[in-house]
Amino acid sequence: MTTETGSADLKPMTPFIKHHADGRPYLSGSKCGACGEVYVGERSTCARCAARGVMETVELSTKGKLYNFTVVHRSFPGVVTPFVSAIVELEGGGSLKGNLIDVEPDPKTLKFDMPVDVVFADAGKADRQGGRYLTYFFKPQNAQVRA
Amino acid sequence: MTEVFVVGTDMIRFGRFPHRTVANLGGEAALLALDDAGLTIKDMQALYCGNNILANRMVGQQVLREIGQTGIPVVNCANACATGATAFREGWMAIKSGVYDLVLCVGVEQMGKGLLGSGEVETGISPEGILGSMTTPSVFAHVGMEHSRRYGTTFEQFAKVSVKNHHHSSFNPKAMYQVETPLEEVMNAEMISYPNTKLMCSVNVDGSAAAVLASEKMAKKLGLMSRAVRVRASALTSDPFTDRNLTTPDFNAVTRLAAGVAYEMAGLGPDDIDLVELHDCFATAEIVHYENLGLCADGEGGRMIDSGETALGGRIPVNVSGGLLSKGHPLGATGIANIYELTTHLRGEAGQRQVEGARIGMSHVVGLGTACAVHVLEKA
Repeated sequence: MTTETGSADLKPMTPFIKHHADGRPYLSGSKCGACGEVYVGERSTCARCAARGVMETVELSTKGKLYNFTVVHRSFPGVVTPFVSAIVELEGGGSLKGNLIDVEPDPKTLKFDMPVDVVFADAGKADRQGGRYLTYFFKPQNAQVRA
Repeated sequence: MTEVFVVGTDMIRFGRFPHRTVANLGGEAALLALDDAGLTIKDMQALYCGNNILANRMVGQQVLREIGQTGIPVVNCANACATGATAFREGWMAIKSGVYDLVLCVGVEQMGKGLLGSGEVETGISPEGILGSMTTPSVFAHVGMEHSRRYGTTFEQFAKVSVKNHHHSSFNPKAMYQVETPLEEVMNAEMISYPNTKLMCSVNVDGSAAAVLASEKMAKKLGLMSRAVRVRASALTSDPFTDRNLTTPDFNAVTRLAAGVAYEMAGLGPDDIDLVELHDCFATAEIVHYENLGLCADGEGGRMIDSGETALGGRIPVNVSGGLLSKGHPLGATGIANIYELTTHLRGEAGQRQVEGARIGMSHVVGLGTACAVHVLEKA
């Protein structure tokens, strides 16, 4: 399901999924020139130090560590369960919530701080107009080895 | 500045009342609290009303249509699960500042059953199950898992919170449930978001609670001091910036900030507190708040539940009402229902669940988004 080509036809699932000129998707972020805090998404003012006008747009890393997770067994109607809801800290700053895929949805097999990659893929669902979306997922860095 | 006293308070038994209105439920608690004080709506100089779900419907004015349209100012408050506590605090500030001598605070909510919120979106597709989970059981599962990450807290320890609070509510006739839930039953209940099983999620119920606040001068003039309870501290905070706070709400920092303000305002420390009603919206939350409120050192939350220190009869009883887990959690009512619970103990009127000799109580709520309110009450 993971594809990094042709993703430009898909609408970004969140505004911080952007595309390079050659079509490759990336995560867009901001870095505060005053305190160095890194944010997911573009912004003009720093939530941490309140500095204005010194925010730099940056590309966020696609490598990170699993900071936190839960295995979701019951969600809103129509949402396929179980799935792993994960909080990942990216190398170089910024943190993201998203689904951790290619793992057993079992708390015993998941390890805090396990290295993960951010991968881009079709979200797997269409909106009412049939529009499809490009999202990110997390995958264990040794996923290919496991398979 | 004047001291502020709770001179009347009550709540309805929490439950499901689909055929009643929010105004009617709120009006009932208002009248109960006024009766408790021996006063009427004609004595009230302002109404502070907490309701979250109908935040733009002027619920406070609707309550007055039920119990008497006296023309007093009404402030409608919404602050997620801190809504009721925020309304109470607005009333406290009005008396504290000397603007009024007698005010009414009402919290009321009518809830549906099941998960709060929905996966419905106006445009695009719902992020639920793609960008992780935004359900409340998941948000608070992440809170618990962060504690597990730091201190090795176990599923069983979180589950014990639910066993304790369900046990407590068996002594509370105003709780939604009076049913014991043994550990195996809690742990074997349907898993919602690990480690929160269904019995580790607060009960969505309808409910209302109210409190009458008075200045010291007025409480004395009306002869209400014998059952009065002093508000020693009222603290409200929003979430300060912390790592990952924009990704996953940080209920720890916002609570620590509020607790610090409340202890300083009260001139008291954790050892002075005799009972606590804290925000156990999910079993995972209670353990982290033991530490956030300073009831134990960081990392000792799991030990606190294992040792029974927070059970009725223990060193520092927590949620003897049954808590949100078993008494129920009607969002806007919860903060004022906490005030009712503390006041009842400080008056020595809590019957079978009475914390013996209670003189100082602390209440705590957090609202997702994020707000925290902490109040300290003292037997007058």
